[in-house]
Amino acid sequence: MKYLSEYRDPVLARSLVERILTTATRPRVIMEVCGGQTHTIVRQGLQELLKDAVDMIHGPGCPVCVTPLEQIDRALYLAARPEVIFTSFGDMLRVPGSECDLLQIRARGGEVRVVYSPLDALEIARAHPDREVVFFAVGFETTAPANAMAVWRARELGISNFSVLVSHVTVPPAIRAILDAPDNRVEAFLAAGHVCTVMGWEEYEPLAAEYGTPIVVTGFEPVDILEGIHMAVRQLEEGRAEVENQYVRSVRRSGNEPAQELVSKVFELVDRSWRGIGEIPASGLGLREEFQALDAEKKFDLGSIRTSEPAECMAGDVLRGRIKPFECPAFGMGCTPERPLGAPMVSSEGACAAYYNYARFQPERAGEPA
Amino acid sequence: MTDASESLDRKPKAGIARVASGGITCPVPAAAVDRVLLGHGSGGKLSAALLRERFLPRFGNDVLAELGDAAVVPVPGDEIAISTDSFVVSPLEFPGGNIGHLAVHGTVNDLAMMGAEPLFLSAGFILEEGLPFDVLDRVIEAMSSAAAEAGVVVVTGDTKVVERGKADGMFINTTGIGRLDPEFRPGPTLAREGDVVLVSGPIGRHGVAIMAAREDLRFEVEVRSDTACLAPLVRDLRAACGSAIHSLRDPTRGGVASALNEIAVSARVGMRLEEADLPVPGPVRAACEMLGLDPLYVANEGILLAIVAPETADAALEVLRSHPAGECAARIGIVTGDRPGLVLLRTGLGASRVVDMLPGDQLPRIC
Repeated sequence: MKYLSEYRDPVLARSLVERILTTATRPRVIMEVCGGQTHTIVRQGLQELLKDAVDMIHGPGCPVCVTPLEQIDRALYLAARPEVIFTSFGDMLRVPGSECDLLQIRARGGEVRVVYSPLDALEIARAHPDREVVFFAVGFETTAPANAMAVWRARELGISNFSVLVSHVTVPPAIRAILDAPDNRVEAFLAAGHVCTVMGWEEYEPLAAEYGTPIVVTGFEPVDILEGIHMAVRQLEEGRAEVENQYVRSVRRSGNEPAQELVSKVFELVDRSWRGIGEIPASGLGLREEFQALDAEKKFDLGSIRTSEPAECMAGDVLRGRIKPFECPAFGMGCTPERPLGAPMVSSEGACAAYYNYARFQPERAGEPA
Repeated sequence: MTDASESLDRKPKAGIARVASGGITCPVPAAAVDRVLLGHGSGGKLSAALLRERFLPRFGNDVLAELGDAAVVPVPGDEIAISTDSFVVSPLEFPGGNIGHLAVHGTVNDLAMMGAEPLFLSAGFILEEGLPFDVLDRVIEAMSSAAAEAGVVVVTGDTKVVERGKADGMFINTTGIGRLDPEFRPGPTLAREGDVVLVSGPIGRHGVAIMAAREDLRFEVEVRSDTACLAPLVRDLRAACGSAIHSLRDPTRGGVASALNEIAVSARVGMRLEEADLPVPGPVRAACEMLGLDPLYVANEGILLAIVAPETADAALEVLRSHPAGECAARIGIVTGDRPGLVLLRTGLGASRVVDMLPGDQLPRIC
């Protein structure tokens, strides 16, 4: 647990809280992009400790949450097919599609397996040559290298009963979309440390300069996040708008170049829909032409499955940081982790679930269950 | 099936079993039986042999040996406690124990949490065709020693065999009967404001041991299941603290978080836990970090939660710590009067968060 406990040190954390409170001359609006950071912030109650200095807005950085309903429906369709073994990371299983979720498909006889790595899914394909194995390739740039590796290996080994349902998204276009929104309040960003471990931070420099917005590459432990917030607040107070790196123990400016190389060999930039936000140009990754045989959308002809998002769910406003989860009329009433309307209430990284699970006792919060 | 079973049940003479078939005697090579066959569930000779050779010697007692259709036992007092539980763990054997330990500890512990002294157990086995006898033997052996340690007697039982693929090796159901002490009746509704929440040992070991075995994860320090009999701890708590022990729970499935939520809801009280005081072993914490799980929701099979009157908390803690299974006992929180039904946790940073029930299984996170 070395390299972990020191980043949870309560004494250090409290001194950082003090420094943030004294540095901020007025309340600042900061968005953490990554769902893992949202999880830590709400779980540790950081927003409560900082409420006089910083308004934390939880961004669209949970891959489960931003996967569009349409793609979930396609996954459900595939998982229900008798010849398919559908493999996925665990937290996609409870994401509601239009009619049910993957857990219900499994109960009805579909074969759905949780894997920790796409390479495990590839192994399943090798072990079951008579079945079609599909891996649900979701996530930001963090999971892209492993997914690219699985696709690469499948082609190398000639495994023809393996394919991926791709719903990859990338962070910088989402930051741009948030900054371009006319009612944007966000003054600074905490960029996702693990995304930058892969990608580095060069691509954030033009964003910081163009929009005059500080961006701090930040880790996931309480001390990381508090330090990242402190760096962002200091930039705002000093009138700077730079990319700074708090997560020095993992991230270099150029990132992990071999991983980037593999990702760009397998994937190319494509337009992608984000749940609750809509289509953002060149914001996702899709398989390149030469890997089309491994694309589940093509293999199973999924183009005809089209779904629109439910109107009563305000996931889009939450993901854009326009409202706090508890400001949604459905929060805790029509929408709970047991019966989620939208994805942010499903994933433990989702802003709605994080608030519901960890913070719903706070008196000023609307929608508190009786 | 019966014919085949009988042929296998014969004791071979010099490597040959003789089977009468239409008046002609024909030498049949003796198959060495090293695993469960469907015939072991036929009710015929194979079933009898299974019972005679494997179960009776290990569970041996006068009541069981009568092999009646039902066990006849003396009923202690006016009221008895009865509890039943089924065990379907995979893998059957894991670091720290096997399904047999769980089958005894699980039911005995449930009785103990009601303040009952466990006396009798029934044991029902659903065996999958092909289950190796050496595995079955180790499981029965574990049940036998766990029962002896808990002071319970297995007085009745049943075995069924199902086809290959219809069960995960074996399933076990046990039902326990316990004697109740009218002076000592802890219950979930009795927790009240000001009470102290104690835990008898480290959190999360069983669940992590099972997950590590299932996923073939290897850690520098092996995490072993905590499966243990809690009856001796409860016996001593009763003797030392009596009715000052308000509620007892063994936080199995759903972990400490779910058990405390159940008590908070039943007793209409709130709870406040201190994160810094939770005894989570390093390897469990590390495994949970890796798997994206929260130790508060991970299953335990050998610890108890005690809700104790504040003036008795120190004495109860001392009793727990005097047992090997309770060495790491700790005070982890208090019962509050505000926000009934809600369990709050004060984080290391001094902020508060809700510790809720899980909506379903704990699912590993993407990143």
